[in-house]
Amino acid sequence: MLWNALGLALQEIRRNALRSFLTMLGIVIGVAAVVTMITVGDGATMQVSQQIQSLGSNLVMIVPSRRMGPVHGGVGAPAFRRADIEAIRRDIDGLKAAAPLASSSLTAVVGNGNWLSAVTGTDNAFFTVREWPINAGRRFSSTELVSGSAVCIVGATVQRELFGDEPALGARLRLGKMACRVIGLLAAKGQSAMGSDQDNLILMPIRTFQRRISGNQDIGLIQVSANSGDSVAALQVSLEALLRERRHIAVNEDDNFTMMSTREIGETLAGTLTILTALLGTVAAVSLLVGGIGIMNIMLVSVTERTREIGIRLAIGALMRDVLLQFLVEAVVLSAIGGLLGIALAILATLAITDMIGVPFVLNLGIILLGFSFATVIGVVFGYFPARRAAHMAPIEALRHE
Amino acid sequence: MPPLIRVTGLSKVYGAGQSRLWALNHVDLEIQSGEFVAIMGPSGSGKSTFMNIIGCLDVPTQGAYQFNGVEVTGLDHDRLAILRRHYIGFVFQGFNLLARTTALENVELPLIYRRVDRGARRQLAHEALQTVKLEQWVDHTANELSVGQQQRVAIARAIVTRPTLLLADEPTGNLDSHTSQEIMALIEALNREQGITVVMVTHDPLVAAIAHRTVYFVDGHVTSDQHQSESA
Ligand SMILES: Nc1ncnc2c1ncn2[C@@H]1O[C@H](COP(=O)(O)OP(=O)(O)O)[C@@H](O)[C@H]1O
Ligand SMILES: [Mg+2]
Repeated sequence: MLWNALGLALQEIRRNALRSFLTMLGIVIGVAAVVTMITVGDGATMQVSQQIQSLGSNLVMIVPSRRMGPVHGGVGAPAFRRADIEAIRRDIDGLKAAAPLASSSLTAVVGNGNWLSAVTGTDNAFFTVREWPINAGRRFSSTELVSGSAVCIVGATVQRELFGDEPALGARLRLGKMACRVIGLLAAKGQSAMGSDQDNLILMPIRTFQRRISGNQDIGLIQVSANSGDSVAALQVSLEALLRERRHIAVNEDDNFTMMSTREIGETLAGTLTILTALLGTVAAVSLLVGGIGIMNIMLVSVTERTREIGIRLAIGALMRDVLLQFLVEAVVLSAIGGLLGIALAILATLAITDMIGVPFVLNLGIILLGFSFATVIGVVFGYFPARRAAHMAPIEALRHE
Repeated sequence: MPPLIRVTGLSKVYGAGQSRLWALNHVDLEIQSGEFVAIMGPSGSGKSTFMNIIGCLDVPTQGAYQFNGVEVTGLDHDRLAILRRHYIGFVFQGFNLLARTTALENVELPLIYRRVDRGARRQLAHEALQTVKLEQWVDHTANELSVGQQQRVAIARAIVTRPTLLLADEPTGNLDSHTSQEIMALIEALNREQGITVVMVTHDPLVAAIAHRTVYFVDGHVTSDQHQSESA
């Protein structure tokens, strides 16, 4: 009986091909929207967590300014000093490494080529904190660090843009009046979670940066990493206590520095993306419901149009459940085909969108199954009422219908 | 053995109050198994109403109806459907075929609802179409056939389940006299050769003459009930 109903449904759908297509359009668009939103959202979330991972896990960043907000601006707090780093290295337990950073955006020149890059003064702790290996060449020597030599280690983008296929190691690049020798090449990292290029970077000893570029002793950023296994939260608590003491902050005053862990940032971003995905998915699901109402509408019209056919079927011995099944199966087949088309459309749309915004394409079979089942369930729910109406017709009334 | 059909005080009332209309007014009638009964009477006299009720397509307002000794009044939709699918074949004046469906599929339809499997279904439908001499036309859809052929498909559909009772409401009403004679010969043969009880509404006295018995309806009453031998 089910096979027969299935055959009848397909026959009926084929007979009214255009109408059937328009009927299922709501479902097609609804399923496509749900599956696309969730797939793109998943890809974006995955990308963010990968990028946070690439920033270095267990990383804490400290900037010498108040948390941005409407009350306190981000200004007015003193920068960190060399002594702060030394105190952190000396006094904090569970610390793997702490790196001082001072940065500025500068144009680097090699021959005729020039390239705007983030020039950063730091020391060898940077490589540990960021879990960032050197591909070729070497780290800074202690003499270079102490004396503030004009040497630098460049990121993959800088190497590509300024040197191309030429050998970079040992070459010189100009930053303003200063010429510095390339002693190392960083491994490539890719984009950061915020979308900036992490590899567009020139590292030099912090002393060199302070003397020849910034002209002051400021440290604009401290990056600290915890030993794996040690709690980042505990580390943050002791860091905060130490810095409050060193910066002479009264007990009733707020911190004049801000700490963020990569984990926090990652969780915040991923959380935001999840909420966004859920929100868009819900909106899309509503459109699926609208699609269901469309099916119900057309099925009701169809039941009315086919009253005579229903009468004939009842007259020659169809039971109510036979007629119910016939129309229910028709609605379900309609919505299931709509679901399949919607999934196909979603895959195309997702490919296009992920390609456009540069997010990985993660095909989640679960979501596809969910979209299809949801469409089918919509068919059952919204097909039931028209089918019931058909099944409850009195045969003689139905036969008289013109 | 009980009569195949026994109705007592059978009434059908349409409307209410002033516009109340007794389409059937306390009809008592018995029809024995194997009979060939013609129903006649002026238009609006309640013939179709009577046929629909004994065909279990409609229910009476009052009165009792026993089919083969079993009380039918009070049965629900599905029980009536089961009765129809097993014992009754109905031929309508307007044929009531599924238009865009082939002759074969139309004839198979009652068997589908009786859950007869595909192979047996095909064979029975072919046999029924052979009986009505349409074996050349099995794959034509109903709207490709002439009216006479359509009515023969309808008859094949009515007899494919080997019913006990064949009901025909003006089966030749839409046909020319030649085709009408063919259809009548067919129905008569079904009664004579297969022993199917036939009740048929007709306006044509020549058609009625083939029957064993003629029942006249006027204004919802049975006014005359003659056996052929008596009237002849
Ligand atoms: N569904 C209905 N609603 C109201 N009146 C009806 C209905 N069906 C039949 N009638 C009336 O009942 C009477 C008998 O009708 P019917 O049995 O069709 O007569 P016949 O078949 O003898 O021409 C007629 O007056 C007709 O108008
Ligand atoms: Mg009539």
